[in-house]
Amino acid sequence: MADYLVVDRLEKRFTSHGRAAFRDITFSVGQGEFVALIGPSGCGKSTLLHIMAGLSQPTAGAIRLAGEDISEPRPEMMFVFQQYTKSIFPWKTVLENVRLGVKYQSSVSRQALEKICLEHLDLVGLGRYPHYYPYQLSGGMQQRVAIARALARRPKILLMDEPFSALDAMMRAELQDLLLQLWSNLRLTVLFVTHDLDEALYLAQRVILLSASPGTIADEVAVPLSYPRRQIETRSEPDYLELRERLYRNMVAQVMAGRVNGP
Amino acid sequence: MNAKLQALFRDSRFSGVVLIALLLLSWQLSAMYLVKTPTWPTVARIFEAWFENIADGTLATHLLATFWRQMLGYGLAVVLGIGLGLAMGYYRALYNLFEPLVEVLRPIPGPAYLPLLVLFVGIGHEMKVVLILVASLFPILLNTYSGVRSIDRVQFDTARTLGLTTLQTFRELVIPAASPQILTGMRISLAISLILAILGEMIVSNDGLGYFVLLSQRTFKVPEMYAGIFTLALFGYALNRLFLLIEASLVRWHHESSGRI
Repeated sequence: MADYLVVDRLEKRFTSHGRAAFRDITFSVGQGEFVALIGPSGCGKSTLLHIMAGLSQPTAGAIRLAGEDISEPRPEMMFVFQQYTKSIFPWKTVLENVRLGVKYQSSVSRQALEKICLEHLDLVGLGRYPHYYPYQLSGGMQQRVAIARALARRPKILLMDEPFSALDAMMRAELQDLLLQLWSNLRLTVLFVTHDLDEALYLAQRVILLSASPGTIADEVAVPLSYPRRQIETRSEPDYLELRERLYRNMVAQVMAGRVNGP
Repeated sequence: MNAKLQALFRDSRFSGVVLIALLLLSWQLSAMYLVKTPTWPTVARIFEAWFENIADGTLATHLLATFWRQMLGYGLAVVLGIGLGLAMGYYRALYNLFEPLVEVLRPIPGPAYLPLLVLFVGIGHEMKVVLILVASLFPILLNTYSGVRSIDRVQFDTARTLGLTTLQTFRELVIPAASPQILTGMRISLAISLILAILGEMIVSNDGLGYFVLLSQRTFKVPEMYAGIFTLALFGYALNRLFLLIEASLVRWHHESSGRI
């Protein structure tokens, strides 16, 4: 299903100054696809993702999931935030954080719920830490909790807003590989927002580049690299380097254009 | 001075305890040899009066009376302050409706309500409870709504993506996230509530520690007056320590995440 998640002529204006964050954005994501959305800062890519999640309303246009309009958060779509220190509640243990995602939804017994949560903690490599508090964990582990919480709800789609950008390089690489593994094992659809070109190319099957403010789609490339991808080898393949150069030049051009037209 | 003793003075509050002991000692000596007047009794004499009034139950009766009205007024302030504060913090319309009023009423010092309350509530038990309530309300109310208002957007978005209802959001997010600040307000108000309880008892009452201290002074039972004040010091100290213990166990995550323990 190529038109699983559809963004149709989407526009967002901020009422305070009337300027558009982005306009006329149209693209679609197929079921099971991994798409990365990149762009210079201020192009509205994060706002776009929030609208797709139903957390914010567009000024014009629509989001459709399997043909249905979306205007509020849906259980089959889970959002992973950049600020894991906020989105993971510091007063709850790892297990309680994961359970928060499922405890009000299902009619399953407490024991069964706990089992589901522990399974998903295992999936992200945190099986040994259910009773830890977030402040006892590293940033990478905290973001793993957020991913486990999202997955415990058995979503079909993950919307990820620069989820690894606050992590150091090694942790980021580890989580990138974990995400790819989860994506293929659980047959997820992933839309991944990042400002990091390399991250986008390493992870995604398709990369969409947004222009500077007001954002429009400036470029779109299919990434013909096979999975499983490997941190060192993949990043030195000719296809990778070629695409990287193309997107890099384009992104610099967007940034420069943004400076000329910008505020 | 050897290293062990140095560490004792630097790292523990041993020196503070020594200071209190020295002050009591100089009080005792000055009352014995320098200032021989009934208004400055020796510490020994004060302790004697203190133990007498503990032994015959007088102090316990007054302490309980004070504690009871303080807790009534304070308890009502906690319930009202947290309830209204949560609502004001969460619903912007309620905040805009009540915040200016709160800002106007807040600067009025608690004791200034007293003459007004005497007119409307009389001079009985209720007046003191309401006085304590009014004065204790604002720190709790203010801290509660500002605690709720400072909850990060991302946390509310998280609650929404997890499909929590408003009630569930209050339970899982709003109340725990605001609890460190709510407890700060409650601790400030706890001290205020004792002040107002004592004040109310001094103005018009026939029991309570405030009444006991003032009555002792008026009947020239000066050692008893000091004994009453000592009791208040210990009582206030114990209340605060108890509160800190409860607070630490409730919001341990907060102290740990901000590196305070």
